[in-house]
Amino acid sequence: MFVPLQESVPVVAPSAAGGVFSLLWVIIALPALGAAVILLLGNTRTSKWAHLLGCATVVVSFLISLVAFVVLLGRDAGSRQIDQNLWSWVQAGSFKVDMALLYDPLSAVFLLLITGVGGLIHIYSIGYMEHDVRRARFFAYLNLFVAAMLTLVLADNYLGMFLGWEGVGLASYLLIGFWQHKPSAAVAAKKAFVVNRVGDIGMALGTMMVFATFGTVTFAGVSAAAGRAGETTMTVLGLLFLLAACGKSAQVPLQSWLLDAMEGPTPVSALIHAATMVTAGVYLVVRSNFIYDYAPVAQTAVVVVGAVTLLWGAVIGCAKDDIKKALAGSTMSQIGYMMLAAGLGPAGYAFAIFHLLAHGFFKANLFLGAGSVMHAMDDDVDMRHYGALQKALPVTFLTFAVGYLAIIGVPPFAGFWSKDKIIEAAFADNLVVGLAALVGAGVTAFYMTRVMLMTFLGQKRWADGVHPHESPKVMTVPLIVLAALSAVGGLLVLGGWIDHWLEPVAGAEPQENGQINVLLMSLIILVTVVVGIAIAWLTVGRNEVPRTAPTKVSVFTKAARADLYGDAINEELLMRPGDRFVTGLVTFDDVGVDGVVNGTAGAFGGMSATFRRLQTGFVRSYALSVLGGAVLVVLALLAVSLA
Amino acid sequence: MSATPFLVLSAILFTIGCIGVLTRRNAIVVFMCIELMLNASNLALVTFSRVNGNLDGQVAAFFVMVVAAAEVVVGLAIIMTIFRTRRSASVDDASLLKY
Amino acid sequence: MVGFWFLAPVMVAAALGILFVRKAVHAALLLAVVMIGLAVLYLVQDAPFLFTVQIIVYTGAILMLFLFVLMLVGVDASDSVVETIRGQRVMAIVVGLLFGVIVVLGVGQVSLGAVQGLAAANAGGNVPGLAQLLFSKYVFAFEATSALLITAAVGAMVLAHRERLTPKSTQADLAARRMQAYAEHGTHPGPLPAPGVYARHNAVDTPALLPDGSPSEISVSRTLQSHGTVKTAPTRDIDRLTGAIGDGTSNLPVRGSGPRGGIDGDPSDTSRPEEGDQA
Repeated sequence: MFVPLQESVPVVAPSAAGGVFSLLWVIIALPALGAAVILLLGNTRTSKWAHLLGCATVVVSFLISLVAFVVLLGRDAGSRQIDQNLWSWVQAGSFKVDMALLYDPLSAVFLLLITGVGGLIHIYSIGYMEHDVRRARFFAYLNLFVAAMLTLVLADNYLGMFLGWEGVGLASYLLIGFWQHKPSAAVAAKKAFVVNRVGDIGMALGTMMVFATFGTVTFAGVSAAAGRAGETTMTVLGLLFLLAACGKSAQVPLQSWLLDAMEGPTPVSALIHAATMVTAGVYLVVRSNFIYDYAPVAQTAVVVVGAVTLLWGAVIGCAKDDIKKALAGSTMSQIGYMMLAAGLGPAGYAFAIFHLLAHGFFKANLFLGAGSVMHAMDDDVDMRHYGALQKALPVTFLTFAVGYLAIIGVPPFAGFWSKDKIIEAAFADNLVVGLAALVGAGVTAFYMTRVMLMTFLGQKRWADGVHPHESPKVMTVPLIVLAALSAVGGLLVLGGWIDHWLEPVAGAEPQENGQINVLLMSLIILVTVVVGIAIAWLTVGRNEVPRTAPTKVSVFTKAARADLYGDAINEELLMRPGDRFVTGLVTFDDVGVDGVVNGTAGAFGGMSATFRRLQTGFVRSYALSVLGGAVLVVLALLAVSLA
Repeated sequence: MSATPFLVLSAILFTIGCIGVLTRRNAIVVFMCIELMLNASNLALVTFSRVNGNLDGQVAAFFVMVVAAAEVVVGLAIIMTIFRTRRSASVDDASLLKY
Repeated sequence: MVGFWFLAPVMVAAALGILFVRKAVHAALLLAVVMIGLAVLYLVQDAPFLFTVQIIVYTGAILMLFLFVLMLVGVDASDSVVETIRGQRVMAIVVGLLFGVIVVLGVGQVSLGAVQGLAAANAGGNVPGLAQLLFSKYVFAFEATSALLITAAVGAMVLAHRERLTPKSTQADLAARRMQAYAEHGTHPGPLPAPGVYARHNAVDTPALLPDGSPSEISVSRTLQSHGTVKTAPTRDIDRLTGAIGDGTSNLPVRGSGPRGGIDGDPSDTSRPEEGDQA
């Protein structure tokens, strides 16, 4: 399976844009314009209409994307890659980069996801952020984020992608730290920024190496020349881009920022950490398929990272009492599935993107539902203080339930189709990876059932004075839409539509899955899921949930509560040695460098203190020195003339 | 008549002026010694003028006198001012500008 | 030539005298001797114009300016013998002599060639010849000296000028101040006692004697006191005087005796401080 099927690697060969595709740049420009207008005019001047502008720009972008998508559907598979060259961006010697946009099936799907789910989250935010005085600024940041993400997926070269990549990093920093008055939020934003920078180094180095190797950074140029580069080069490139993907997609070992990032407002968690930003890593891997297909070692690394992360996130999700953190653990886990699929080569790219879409729907749904619950519970995030909310929040409960069924993979909801495909592909690839994916599905069922049980069912454990109420329509309507999408999203896989759709980008799926009985596989997965649900019912649903978290728990639970000691590992391996190194440098600077400088200054000071005694103030002493000088001059003159 | 005796006399007078500047402390006397040095150099200039057979040396001596006049005017005014404030004409007393 | 050999030792002696006399006035007079000698040497060397200028401007004007300032500063401003800067005098003499010896030796070594004389240059007269040079070759330097002289005059004026900070005292103010001093300190409001009034001498440099026989220091000019030329009444006169009064003590404390320049504390000591200076 890991033998690269070189003849099947697709080449990006776009045609020039025309018709509706000449409007591609507008899709990016609109949210960027919205952000610019709101930020430049300021919060107070725009507070009355900023949310409307913010939603309008994204909705119009969505409509354009939709029209473009429909037109693209009408074309035949061979001519579904469109390139719009905007302007010459960088021109320095042989290094020439155009600001150009690439619209192909992959970016088309992403455009719909980003503008569609993003638009719904914008609308939801109108209600969620209603009482925040800085709402206009919030919408500006959301728009900035959407614009950056669109740049990321539309760019036709690695440098343009890097621009969007960094823009997403900036916007996520601003949004996570939006409630900057909370120290925890400020710290979380900084942490996300720093960890993302580690990944960005991979992205930057990878881009440089691409240019050094191929002399160009466009996807078209690189994909055409990919076969000519050596396998080692390709492996290094693949690993660098994997590092980048780990940073953005919160994969092990750069996973630590995602859980803290839940300090941001809930729509941010939904937008950034469910539907869009964390998928950028998967997008990068799938987009760079022409690199990974020639680098089996890097592919293996992607699979390993994905498998480890999917279990890591799932385990964390089991132990968290904070509803958003439980969902964040789940996000990590699901992105792990996508990475795993993306690492499987042509067999998995389509499933990775399919799961990404499905996940975008149901995870946005779940996060927004969680936001609705928090809204009702006075911003309390502890699930131990919930319980029996299904009557108080009927719409939220129903939509959340749809999302729940989708994520654990109950047919016919979206997650069933997408996750099944990935697990099948994993088994086809390697038994261990397949088992990891299967166990992950069971654990997913366990922790999601736990969330369901603790939040909506069981006994009331509300704090005094809390009176849950259903959220306003502006928040529930997006929930309903997303729930519907979660329910029917699986239809995309019918007849292998998504596979064929992505074929121009990712290449054809090799037809060798026949060795596994698909029906039997689905049955095994369903049994695993049911076992997970049953364990959750036995441990959580059957018993009274204590209002405070029990302290006498197993080592395993303690580790999961501490994010499997991810922060501790970072601290011990990176922070402490770095700290010591810097302390050493400071000491060297204080003692060594300053010592030399101060020593020189001191020596001159001491000499001056001695020599200044010559300056007696007596004119006659000075005159004596002048006469001495005159004697020397006369002597010299004499010596010269006599010689 | 040979020029050397005039030059030697000039050198002797100049040296005496030097020593006077270095040893006397009364500012006015120091000033007189400076005048003595200037006059000694004038003598040398006039002598050289005669040796060379042109009047340039005498013109130079003339300029020295003019400059000396200007210098004496300002110098004595400074001495007066210092004496007014310090009640002393000793050059050693005006030694505040030091380390 | 004879004039030179006659004048040169005189000039060197006078110049050396400047180094050793203690009174600035004497130094000025010795400098005048040197300058006039120089003027004669100028004349000897065919420089009649400089001879005139040297005498009129240098000796007549500049040196008189020195004397004038000396008068303003006070004739008492004479040097003390003690050298304050350690090693200065020794070093000055050593380095100065070294310098002189080297220069004299150097001058002696240099061969100047034949003396051309100024007969040709002074053919049309020394003064027209100088004027020719001054207003042609050296005209810019000449104009610059005019600016220099103006600047020097203005500078001297600025330096010597003193703003009057308080209104000028009138006769009435002075009288009031004198009476106030009498009321507060008992200062005698009347005129100072004249010197020598009650003594046998009535010269201005002899202090008057008070009724108890002690000399009154305020009866002689302060300038004379600081100059050290105040005479004291001869001992025998005082003795006789005290004997006549009938007061046996002749060792009365003397008021106002300073470290030097005042009236001798011990009347029996006839030596005067200025005698040592003039030796």
